[in-house]
Amino acid sequence: MTDASVNTEVQSGDAGFGDYVSLLKPRVMSLVVFTAFVGMMVAPGAVHPMVGFASILFIALGGGASGALNMWWDADIDQRMRRTRTRAIPSGRVRADEARAIGLALAGISVVMLALASNFVAAGLLAFTIFFYVVIYTMWLKRWTPQNIVIGGAAGAFPPMIGWAVVTGNVSLESVLMFALIFMWTPPHFWALALFMKSDYADAGVPMLNVTHGRRTTRRHILGYTLILAPLAIATGFSGIGGPVYLATAIVLNLMFLRGAIAIWRRDDAAADADNYAVERSFFRLSLYYLFLHFGALLIDASLVRLGLEIW
Amino acid sequence: MALNPEHDLHKRRFGQNVGVGLALLAFVAVVFGLTLAKVGATGPTEAFDHVARPALIPQEGQ
Repeated sequence: MTDASVNTEVQSGDAGFGDYVSLLKPRVMSLVVFTAFVGMMVAPGAVHPMVGFASILFIALGGGASGALNMWWDADIDQRMRRTRTRAIPSGRVRADEARAIGLALAGISVVMLALASNFVAAGLLAFTIFFYVVIYTMWLKRWTPQNIVIGGAAGAFPPMIGWAVVTGNVSLESVLMFALIFMWTPPHFWALALFMKSDYADAGVPMLNVTHGRRTTRRHILGYTLILAPLAIATGFSGIGGPVYLATAIVLNLMFLRGAIAIWRRDDAAADADNYAVERSFFRLSLYYLFLHFGALLIDASLVRLGLEIW
Repeated sequence: MALNPEHDLHKRRFGQNVGVGLALLAFVAVVFGLTLAKVGATGPTEAFDHVARPALIPQEGQ
């Protein structure tokens, strides 16, 4: 082959390696890694560190595969939303069929490798998570019902349950509580975002609650879910995985979260427009810390127990 | 002007190749590490070497 035969035209498919990595949604992946790790650490028993490391890696890879398949299916929506317009597929750096191939390949690899590294329960849960996120949420619910966020949130709630299953090989009350914590946290978190990113979802034709049922209803729903979330989060402190650090963290954070939700509920759009959605934005920021600190506290309590520094 | 100027495309393709290569190497390392962990967890093993395994030979006084 001579130099003359090399095609030096920049083609749409010629992305850098980083563009392919971005398909895996690394930021979402970091949450998956963290919550799966906590699920593994709070579970009774232990696994070989290498098995633990590999399991987390393949859970993260499974999450990444879901992200790639989501980007493949949602390329048309991403094109229309300001927040997602620069993603690898809508900007033309990666072709949609490439994303689909990468997603399918990584999904298969991650499930098979997790089964080999740990057990079939964990692998089965991972396979179900990918199926749930890609088929149930992305392909079906997201464009069909304003409750998309509620049910889709389940996919993000599975990782700590998978981490728990890696160690114990089963599903138990404690792992269900960790699932419920993320599941109930997701709607207020995303609806708060939807309140101040309003035009984006409307432009893309995604039936977000604030588009279909109005912003008053969305504010009510944020409060409703927070009212269910708070007792659930605090009750987890009295379960087998709870401890003093978690309980103290949960009480403080849930009081703050409730206060934020009530403030959102009491406001109307005129007040929100006046201060550029300051309350909604700070509630959204708090929601990010909320989840991180709850799981961080679970990790600290589990570490204290492992170090023999159990307080109760 | 250089005779063979490196086009941006080549740089990106090189980056892709390096990335894929490193990812594959990391995968091999993980599988190797897992193998060591799994085999190590089964305890000591004795391979068949055309002689009776020491563990099978009755010891005196048994």
